[in-house]
Amino acid sequence: MTTTLTFALMDAPFEASRTATVLRLIDDAIDKGCNINVFAYEGAVYLPFALQAPHANAVHGRDIDEEDHPLPREWIAALMEKAKRWDVAFDWVNCGLCVDERGASEAIEGVRRGSPADFWTMATSSENTLVVGTN
Amino acid sequence: MKALNIISLGYRATLEEQDDTIVWLTHAMRGAGADIDILLRGSAVNYVVKGQAVSPLAIGGREQKHAPDVYGQIETLSEKGARIYVLAEDLKQRGLKQAPRLDATRIVSDDDLPELLGGYDAVWHW
Repeated sequence: MTTTLTFALMDAPFEASRTATVLRLIDDAIDKGCNINVFAYEGAVYLPFALQAPHANAVHGRDIDEEDHPLPREWIAALMEKAKRWDVAFDWVNCGLCVDERGASEAIEGVRRGSPADFWTMATSSENTLVVGTN
Repeated sequence: MKALNIISLGYRATLEEQDDTIVWLTHAMRGAGADIDILLRGSAVNYVVKGQAVSPLAIGGREQKHAPDVYGQIETLSEKGARIYVLAEDLKQRGLKQAPRLDATRIVSDDDLPELLGGYDAVWHW
């Protein structure tokens, strides 16, 4: 039987290393053939924001290509692609009201709009759920 | 499935959101049929203390008309059937042991937590 795991995230991108840790956990879970659900709440709806852009970094003395600035939307897209290759489900739901208040509607392909009810549905259909709140 | 939301950071984001984000989430999920209770610890134990209020606020002439009412949020959540647990040690640490509080509050101690948490299928510490 395929294991399904749900993750609820709350941190906005770039401000917390917790998010990178969770994305690594998801990466490992896909390696193990798990189906993945993600409920992005509050600032986390900006994680798959399509307009995230890399930049050069004069302090580092690197141009835009050398800097290769990491973007959460690229990591998420990569996880979605990996899930396809592994033939496991990957469902990313952005909290719709959180999207509206932040103007974060331009998400990458594969992200869908939802509500807390989706989180409950995800949790009840999963073997386990990990929530990572903002601290 | 029965879940417990643990809230430890009191008044997180309440100014802009006009409520506690996880109490709001619990309201919304219960509205969708979820069976979820609340455990307040840390600074969030103050949510059940009676008599709290937020004064009107204006920034640069932009008035905040609907101030957060976390006590009211918790009260209505309990009226909807959610159990509201509060950690005794954290009340005591903040001098709130004798403070007037929401009647529906269920006080638990650290020692009670293993049995309490064991009664839930999911425990989510936000």
